[in-house]
Amino acid sequence: MQIQPILAALRRHRLATVLIALEIALACAVLCNACSMIADRLAAMHINSGVDENALATVHLTGYDLTKSADVDARALAALRSVPGVQSASLLYSIPFGLRQGTAGITTDAAGQHFGGVIEFYIGSPGSLRALGVQVIAGRAPQADDFHPFSGLLPEEAPIQITQSLAEHLWPGANPLGKQIWLDKYRFRIVGVLKNLVRPDPPGWPANQRQWSVFVPAQPGPQFTGSYLLRADPRVLPRVMRDALAAVAKALPDVVIDRDNSHTLTELRNSVFRNDRAMAGLLVGVIAALLLVTALGIIGLASFWVAQRRRQIGIRRALGATRGDILRYFQTENFLIVTFGIVLGVVLAIGINLALMKWFEVSRLPYWYLPVGAIVLWLLGQLAVLAPALRAAAVPPVEATRSA
Amino acid sequence: MFGYYLNLALYSLKRSPVLTGLMVLAIGLGIGASMTMITVLHVMSDDPLPGRSTQLYYPRIDPQPLGRGDTNPHSGDNLTWPDAQNLLRANRAERQAAMSAGSAAVYPVSGDGQPFFVPGHYVTADFFPMFDVPFRAGGGWTREQDQQRARVVVLGADLKRKLFGDAPVLGRTVHLKDADFSVIGVLGAWHPQPKFYADLDHGAFDKDDQFFLPLQTALDLSLAFRGQLSCWGSGGDSRKGPDCTWLQFWVQLATPAKAQAYRQFLDDYWRQQQDHGRFPRPVDARLYDLMSWLAYKGVVPGDVRMQLWLALGFLLVCMINIVALLLAKFLRRSGEISVRRAMGARRRDIFVQLGIESALIGMAGGALGLLVAELGLWSVRQRPDAYAHLAQMDAPMLFGTLALAIVASVLAGLLPAWRACRVPPALQLKTQ
Repeated sequence: MQIQPILAALRRHRLATVLIALEIALACAVLCNACSMIADRLAAMHINSGVDENALATVHLTGYDLTKSADVDARALAALRSVPGVQSASLLYSIPFGLRQGTAGITTDAAGQHFGGVIEFYIGSPGSLRALGVQVIAGRAPQADDFHPFSGLLPEEAPIQITQSLAEHLWPGANPLGKQIWLDKYRFRIVGVLKNLVRPDPPGWPANQRQWSVFVPAQPGPQFTGSYLLRADPRVLPRVMRDALAAVAKALPDVVIDRDNSHTLTELRNSVFRNDRAMAGLLVGVIAALLLVTALGIIGLASFWVAQRRRQIGIRRALGATRGDILRYFQTENFLIVTFGIVLGVVLAIGINLALMKWFEVSRLPYWYLPVGAIVLWLLGQLAVLAPALRAAAVPPVEATRSA
Repeated sequence: MFGYYLNLALYSLKRSPVLTGLMVLAIGLGIGASMTMITVLHVMSDDPLPGRSTQLYYPRIDPQPLGRGDTNPHSGDNLTWPDAQNLLRANRAERQAAMSAGSAAVYPVSGDGQPFFVPGHYVTADFFPMFDVPFRAGGGWTREQDQQRARVVVLGADLKRKLFGDAPVLGRTVHLKDADFSVIGVLGAWHPQPKFYADLDHGAFDKDDQFFLPLQTALDLSLAFRGQLSCWGSGGDSRKGPDCTWLQFWVQLATPAKAQAYRQFLDDYWRQQQDHGRFPRPVDARLYDLMSWLAYKGVVPGDVRMQLWLALGFLLVCMINIVALLLAKFLRRSGEISVRRAMGARRRDIFVQLGIESALIGMAGGALGLLVAELGLWSVRQRPDAYAHLAQMDAPMLFGTLALAIVASVLAGLLPAWRACRVPPALQLKTQ
């Protein structure tokens, strides 16, 4: 197939060619960026929480006098543990994908000069870290004598477990065990490293900060009450959750169950990411509509060119060109236009990505998206041009003898 | 002439129904998607208090230590309790009020049934007259009652109905958390959107507040507060301390001159506090009017703005598509055009004729776009976002849709029509 005559023909239709190429360029740019955004959202949605989500649920109580917290907690825990199927019940402040109760900025020195970042303090009673199912990869899990009651915001001096991503951020390359972090007057010594422990609200944080959590052991008290973690076999968890709410309502009739915050962790995870899911769905819709419109444009223009060139096609057929030659002519022509569009589109895609990165929280476009986007558009172009090209190939040689 | 062109255009469109259909579909989809997002943006950035908004201002004085809040430019937007008290006491504006969001367990009046949680606001007396809050019965409280920590409550219309039905409620008692409050007012319909007076960093399109209590009373009873409490220093997290910001504050100033004077007062206040060893940052008091405050707080989420750009990009692709298709369509009629030209039609006549044809496509596309936009808005309303229920088309948006469709299609028709009207008469006739 000679490209020269095709280029010559396209030069005669410069405006239409440029327009279709522009459309393909825009489609290519939007396609690559939208796919990258979908991938970002999906990655966020599939974040590893580090906890056994499908075996966990939380119950949240409120509306009682904090001076009665010891009584309320004792009765609530007893009621929860009496529910058949409950493997463990403990207190936990801040729930993965649930209520956020301990977000604070820390420093890595006593004087408060070296800011370490804003992290999540999970405060848990004995058994809660084991119930979460968090993996300790270095150092130790909390021991019985690590748990003490406290009266301020947090225990004043506690041995804590820290996630490896936070440790790596605070002390790159160094062993975090034995190091300390400060929050104002509160001092925490690191005795263990956790593989993962997600923040309660990961979508609100940059991708590299979503695991910045620590676990602080503590005994319940007026400042640490009413937020319970339940563990049960995943197969019976929904039933256990229903029974647990009923049991608490029965044991503590004058306390308010905060039903907005009492759910299984799977439900909480779904609601945390529903915006991301909606946005991903919308982006898929935009991509589909865009590809459809682009294909319609190619079909429309190719049909027009075929109709316009019926006589020339007839002449070429009469001079010995086969149907395959005519078919390939239109396919090659489409390939050239789409290629021209893709070259423009790659530049545009990178430009749009840079602009999005500046104005919105969008990550850098992975470069392998560009060739994939190009292949998709080449295929789309070939598919769209197929019907008009077949119609062109069906033009009989006798058309040459007819006047326009 | 117009009628003749219209006939010609209709005839031409009918002659190639597939191509016409493609163009109408393309412009309908593009316009529908764009108008969906423009409508969402329009309702989200609407004036929550038309008529009053130009007189309302938010003073921003940042008491944080240097270096704090560098990662979050909005961490110094709220006020501390002592500063709010000082501004209230100074009484330099016509009206001023401090406020914070809260929530409380409400006990059913009949005594049986589970208590339930409702969102509310703790405010000072001027809140109601300053925001022109409509009352169905009764009214707000006075500044004296603020000082006396009065146990009074103003109920939202929904909560009132839920607790008391249609019975009169003024003077009756409501049990919130562990205290009794006397009902002194019931709100009429009041749904400012966005809920500008709340802590906008925590949901600008929240549910309506169902009760209002005096701020001092709520503090005394240590009711549950909502919103950011940001503390530094060693004072712990006491709400009354000078090192914790958590309050929102609004003032009413009738004229720009008074606003200027108030800003000056804030600067003076900042300097005066510096003499007492507070406010270590360089003096930079700001006074935002309501609409600039909403813009500064970024109440329109980034996702929505990005969706608007996506939709506009899509419209652009659709328009380029239509330009190409119209070009093909018009040039295909070169023969017809050259005959008309040879018979005396001026270029301008051809141009107008083709322009009318483009506008017709635009009108059909606009009608389709309206349907698509209604469908799009319906799907937005199904979304979980707090602002979803706002997504309704109003009259300006409806006419805007049609206008945008026609403008877009006429614009798209310009280039093809210009190319077509340059068809030379004689040459085309010769090749026939």
